Amino acid sequence: MRLEPIANPSLARRLTLPALAIAATILIASLLAMIAGGNPMAVLGQILVGAFGSKFALLETLNRATPLIFTGLAIAVAFRAKLWNIGAEAQLYAGAVVVAVLGTGALQLPAPALLTIMALAAMMAGAFLLLVPALLKTRLGVDEVVTTLLFNFIFLLFVSYLLEGPLKDPMGMGWPKSARLTPEARLPRIVDGLRLHWGFALALIAAAIVWIIDAKTTLGFEMRAVGQNAEAARFAGIPVTKVILKTALLSGGLAALAGFSEVAGLKGSLTLDLSPGFGYTGIVVAMLALLHPLGVVVAALFVAAIFVGADSMSRAIGVPSYLADIMLATALLCMVLAILLTKFRVRRD
Amino acid sequence: MSGVESAQPVLRLQNITKRFGSVTANEAVTFDLAKGEVIALLGENGAGKTTLMNILFGQYTADEGTVTVFGNLLPPGNPRAALDAGVGMVHQHFTLAENLTVWENIVLGAQPLHAPRLRAGAAKAKIRALSEEFQLKVDPDAKIGALTVGERQRVEILKALYRDARILILDEPTAVLTPQETDALFATLRTAINLGLSIVFISHKLHEVMAISNRVLVLRHGKLVAERATLDTDRAELSALMVGAETSAPDLAPATPGAALLTLSDLSTPSIGTAPGLRHANLALRAGQITGLAGVSGNGQAALSDLISGLVTPQSGQFEIAGNTVATWSPRNAIGQGIARIPEDRHKTGTIADFDLTENTILETYATQFSKRGWMNWRKAKAHAESLIETYDVRCSGPDSRIRLLSGGNMQKLILGRVLENAPRIILANQPVRGLDIGAVNYVHGRLAAARDAGAAVLLISEDLDEIMRLSDVIHVISDGRLSPEFARGTMQPEQLGVWMAGDGFEGCDHAA
Amino acid sequence: MELFEILTSAAFWAAAIRIASPLIFATMGELICERAGVLNLGIEGIMVAGAFAGWIAVWAGLPLWGGVSVAFLVGVGLGGIHSILSVPFGLSQHVVGIGLTLLATSATFYTYRVMLPEVSTPPKIDAFQPFHIPFLSEIPFFGPALFQQTALTYLAFILVAVVSFTLYRTPLGLAVRAAGESPAAVAAQGLSVTAIRMGAVMVGSGCMAVGGAFLTMSAFDSFFFDMVNGRGWICIALVVFGAWRPGKALFGAILFAAFDALQIRLQQTGIGAVVPYQVFLMMPYILSIIALIVMSRRAEVPAALMVPFNKGER
Repeated sequence: MRLEPIANPSLARRLTLPALAIAATILIASLLAMIAGGNPMAVLGQILVGAFGSKFALLETLNRATPLIFTGLAIAVAFRAKLWNIGAEAQLYAGAVVVAVLGTGALQLPAPALLTIMALAAMMAGAFLLLVPALLKTRLGVDEVVTTLLFNFIFLLFVSYLLEGPLKDPMGMGWPKSARLTPEARLPRIVDGLRLHWGFALALIAAAIVWIIDAKTTLGFEMRAVGQNAEAARFAGIPVTKVILKTALLSGGLAALAGFSEVAGLKGSLTLDLSPGFGYTGIVVAMLALLHPLGVVVAALFVAAIFVGADSMSRAIGVPSYLADIMLATALLCMVLAILLTKFRVRRD
Repeated sequence: MSGVESAQPVLRLQNITKRFGSVTANEAVTFDLAKGEVIALLGENGAGKTTLMNILFGQYTADEGTVTVFGNLLPPGNPRAALDAGVGMVHQHFTLAENLTVWENIVLGAQPLHAPRLRAGAAKAKIRALSEEFQLKVDPDAKIGALTVGERQRVEILKALYRDARILILDEPTAVLTPQETDALFATLRTAINLGLSIVFISHKLHEVMAISNRVLVLRHGKLVAERATLDTDRAELSALMVGAETSAPDLAPATPGAALLTLSDLSTPSIGTAPGLRHANLALRAGQITGLAGVSGNGQAALSDLISGLVTPQSGQFEIAGNTVATWSPRNAIGQGIARIPEDRHKTGTIADFDLTENTILETYATQFSKRGWMNWRKAKAHAESLIETYDVRCSGPDSRIRLLSGGNMQKLILGRVLENAPRIILANQPVRGLDIGAVNYVHGRLAAARDAGAAVLLISEDLDEIMRLSDVIHVISDGRLSPEFARGTMQPEQLGVWMAGDGFEGCDHAA
Repeated sequence: MELFEILTSAAFWAAAIRIASPLIFATMGELICERAGVLNLGIEGIMVAGAFAGWIAVWAGLPLWGGVSVAFLVGVGLGGIHSILSVPFGLSQHVVGIGLTLLATSATFYTYRVMLPEVSTPPKIDAFQPFHIPFLSEIPFFGPALFQQTALTYLAFILVAVVSFTLYRTPLGLAVRAAGESPAAVAAQGLSVTAIRMGAVMVGSGCMAVGGAFLTMSAFDSFFFDMVNGRGWICIALVVFGAWRPGKALFGAILFAAFDALQIRLQQTGIGAVVPYQVFLMMPYILSIIALIVMSRRAEVPAALMVPFNKGER
């Protein structure tokens, strides 16, 4: 077989194929649900109800989407420049550690100042964590996929050490968790009485800012040029190394904001299970969004809905909630194939 | 040349038609090849020669038509079947793995994959015997990466002979050779003919076609437009048949050279992989003059091009632009100094395939002309792209279309526009017409000549000696990173340049130059 | 000198060889894929799936070697998914690999929950037992270190020899290497790049899965969720460290495992009382990064690694 580029793909082609990818995902999920002894319609229905069926469910979905928007943006930014940042998990924890250090009384400031400083410091920590693999890539040619992946394991062990040592909550009765944040260090709720904090709004703002950078600034142009064809970009005078490093700073900073928002907004303290893999799920979010910053918001809501819905479905019907992870991985693989097939035609030769 | 036997044809192409999307690359092509015969397939770039041979070799599947080898129908789209039937192809772009040895490249695929062992000893012995018989000297244990272009071509031919090819297809085999290497290749081909092989020789060089073939087939726009016995035709007729009624090459007025705008003195650069860097090079590019750089590819052209483009800084020696020594050097500096750079590979280096025409147009100037404090001015950029498309006659559906959809000629016109629009002092044109059809070739050459007449210093790098001799006011030859002295237009014959291209002639010159 | 005592004890080296075994399988698997030109980031997930598949098959009643075969076939299947997407369709090997790791891992956990609902501690199987090779195991020091291992460990070493011989001494191996260096050269000689690459990815993935199965069937006798714990990523570093050569990669795996065995032992010494245990656990990952940095300049990367091949491209 051979792939032949399609000059101007029709709108029908560009809509049908992604729809087929979603359909294939749902079909596979239904089959798996049946294997587990669940009625597919009931399982899928319960996922929908669990994600959107009540005010509580909806808010839970929005809360779950918040860190995914940040990590999804982090990965979209990096992947656009072909910087394969698989280390968003570690960068998220770097941001969380900074919040746990600054927000537990070390810094006595009024809330607005404290929150701003914490957010900026968190971003710097995350940015630094990705800067190291980025420098190894640009200076020594070390593949960043493996280094960022390995950083995840290293940094999680570091967090484990902190929680059993310097950051351990004296009142925690031996549990490895940090002390609770002071009230000034907490992100307030957007509406009183509703369990949704300002982290969600911050995530939307971040997406808008990334989109503006992408579409309207020279940095966005440079990042896309480097990602599409680094050789041509270098030849045209674009400072490729600098652009990669700037991308790393932006990406690492965005991922760290997920940690900031989770600790300061949702949890109020740092634990080792702060993130159930938001850094990895961010890859799925970014890919489903076709690396578009505004698409990330939609994709994050979709992914969060599946997670929240699957949890609820698992409690109600008993099909394991890992079904959600399978659906997302399947959706990812089907979607990249579908997007390819909108641009290329398969010819048998 | 021995007489052609008139038995059953060894190869018969019947009614071959191939379309790529809306483009018809070959239309109803039919011809026979007899045993011991050399057919020259003549045509300009884009005439469909390579496509036709790729169909014959099974790398493409024809939409219509059949290929018959020794009376047997060849299954379409199967290179293996073509090889087994005795068809061997020497590709224009070599298909060799650089990190593997000569014998490994040759043996690859010759033994069935389930065979328990590679028979290295026997393979090398057979390769040595073939080298001897066909005068194709090459060390079976050498890595491909360490070989010269001429040697690599010998490996390509050996690959076909090793698998007992009876029909050899050579696609533009002389494009990368010195005149002397071309003579050696022709000697090998004559040996092959005497041993009963048949040859299809693809070229657009008339004198070679006249020298080696029995019969000439002329392809134009994918169609077979003429067939001549070589003895009954001449270069003038073939040239007319090949080009048809299209535009002719620009006439060059005598040059009026001015001051040296770019000079290299005793300059050296690091090597690039297996290709050499510049070695103590001296060069002066003068205003109002086209300087041609002749040479076999891989002899330091890339190093010189990278240097002038700003990708590489000199290791030692003096580098001056308009009399000022260059201190810091980068692509941005080069652009700032008024150097227009037309890169060798327009797909990989010159453009970004999935960017639209607007974005590709401003790739070099977005920071200085199309943005303010980091904010892009897309309106201005688009207007600029629209005016370039107009001025340089780029055929496209508008500034928003992706550049990957453009033909090579139109892509090159856009690159020309991008760099010439800034009224450059110095123009680096590295293989500016490679792969373009005749109309685009003449357009590009015309633009370069016009820029020269407007006072720019032009450096033309090309492997095509004809192009160099036609366009250049002065010529340098590059070989193994060394630059020959400057030769004025018309003072050297191709064979004399060939001596320099082969690396002879530099003796005693190393220090004088 | 505690360190000297540790390094000269046969028990230490026996442990190192044991720790190295799953890495050897998976590293060979990754090496086969990369030699053919495909980076397989599905390795981590394939190891998880292999670990589960081999173990559950034995638990369900198959003999031990039956379990190994099941693990291998599961790996081949997952490799098939990877190779269809990454070879004929030429999709980004980064994205496909990470997607496959997510898919294989979640599918494994899902299957575990479906097959063993309400289980708090996973059941144990009768795992491979050490097999003392007659005579060789009697050799002082080398006997206990090398020749009192389980059959799967011996298989790992045999695999290295087989991979090495195949790559360098057979037409098939030449075709695989050429596919990773210059797919165009392979196609021009009438071979199918697609078939060679897909085959390499599937066989390589099978080896990775057996590496995972070693954990549940030889190193331990049960399956835990975070069992593989980044070993797949470490194997990718080991391929680079081994400069894409089976012998050097074997050396790298043993060296790496020796450091891992050492950190386990050092935790129980005086140093372990002072230094937090997390530092020891970080060592394998840090070592992998150092290995990548050291080798990054010298290694001969297959020229067509991560370069898709679309025949008839113009």
